[in-house]
Amino acid sequence: MKINKESSVYTFSFAIVLVVIVGSILAMLAMGLKPRQDRNGEIKKQLDILSAMLNLDSLGIDRSNVEVEFAKYFSKEGSLVFNNSSEKVDDVNAFRVDIKKEFKDKTLDEKDRNYPLFVAEMNGKKKYIIPVVGKGLWGPIWGNICIGSDLSTIEGASFGHKGETPGLGAEIKQQFFIDRWIGEKITNENGDFLKFEVVKDGSGSNIESKVDGITGGTITSKGVEEMINRCVEVYIPYFNKLNNTLK
Amino acid sequence: MSEEKIKSEREPLFSKKNKKLVTDPLTDNNPVTIQVLGICSALAITVQVEQGVVMGVAVLFVMILGNLFISLMRNLIPSRIRIIVQLVVVAALVIIVNEVLKAFLPDVSEKLSVFVGLIITNCIIMGRFEAFAMANKPWPSILDAIGNALGYAGLLIIVSVFRELFGSGTLYGYPIFGDYIKGDGLYSLGYVNNNLMILPPMALIIVGVIIWVQRSRNKDLIENN
Repeated sequence: MKINKESSVYTFSFAIVLVVIVGSILAMLAMGLKPRQDRNGEIKKQLDILSAMLNLDSLGIDRSNVEVEFAKYFSKEGSLVFNNSSEKVDDVNAFRVDIKKEFKDKTLDEKDRNYPLFVAEMNGKKKYIIPVVGKGLWGPIWGNICIGSDLSTIEGASFGHKGETPGLGAEIKQQFFIDRWIGEKITNENGDFLKFEVVKDGSGSNIESKVDGITGGTITSKGVEEMINRCVEVYIPYFNKLNNTLK
Repeated sequence: MSEEKIKSEREPLFSKKNKKLVTDPLTDNNPVTIQVLGICSALAITVQVEQGVVMGVAVLFVMILGNLFISLMRNLIPSRIRIIVQLVVVAALVIIVNEVLKAFLPDVSEKLSVFVGLIITNCIIMGRFEAFAMANKPWPSILDAIGNALGYAGLLIIVSVFRELFGSGTLYGYPIFGDYIKGDGLYSLGYVNNNLMILPPMALIIVGVIIWVQRSRNKDLIENN
């Protein structure tokens, strides 16, 4: 029997069969790989948080052993979640908060965003990791800021991005850019929040809330500035309260 | 592209004609410089050599499988919706690659980020489906895919070597001229990186120079208008 390949019936049936086959293959694949992908996402999150306070390369921490290492410093009980007005939220697990998703979610009001704070204990001293998220030039950027036990000095950071320009905005991931933030203070002696400014003129090398941006990566650098200013400010009242109880 | 006649006797797997399918796109029928396909991604991802290599491998994989599937289905595809069918095949393959990378090679997946998605829009793939796989048997189609993907990858690497070396002073991430941030090595003599190299227009100029060099070496490639 010869099938007329140009008939509409054949064309439609071919299209339907093809779409059903391809659709079901993709659906099965996506379902089957989902648990693995979610796990990878969790591991990546822990790597990002750890890399803000430790040098992962020199300690030999990678995807295979990060969960063990992470559990050494962080516990579910030691981590907190705040709302937009800096009040503690009790019934949310800090590790389950997906700040990237909440930032992207247009239906979620800005007031309803959660702000987790991961508290680590290292050599008897506390370190506070603040996750941040914002907008770069082409897509989302994010990071983790490590505040030392004085509740003011930035001791480490890690940044990530989805698709910033390689060689320009993508350089925010590099150590040289992270080093520019280390040592900066987020509060003055009175506990007031010091807004950061990313500058172009190279005057940011001192510790005065100014940080040098990346040449050619101005919009991404400004995005980092905006995301740190917006996210870190939420935690200042808590840090001040903590400071007063410590005194 | 001339249609080949289906021969009755089996020809050897690596006949002269089949070998040419692989070697031609590397030189005198390069997909980027001669067929002028895939220019868009050649501009976008040639800032660093590493990206060029990774994109080349990803395109190679998608093209081999895509050409194979299209070639296997070539007698079944209704001609009126053939472009849509090709698009469905390449989109499905790209999604599969992306999902598998995310599950098993998360670090590679992160590096590739948006570029995997860009493969769908890469004109080389659709171009080869339409021009070759639709009219040829599976084995020559696979060879054609390998040749064209390698020709594409080769050009990406050549362009990205220039752009990374003069734009960032590194090759595959390793500093060549000294540390730019610290300002030692060649930079202490006053050399600076050319930031223009990092921007897309320079890729176009480099591709243009390569086309010029290629055509001046092989006069047959010059069209007579």
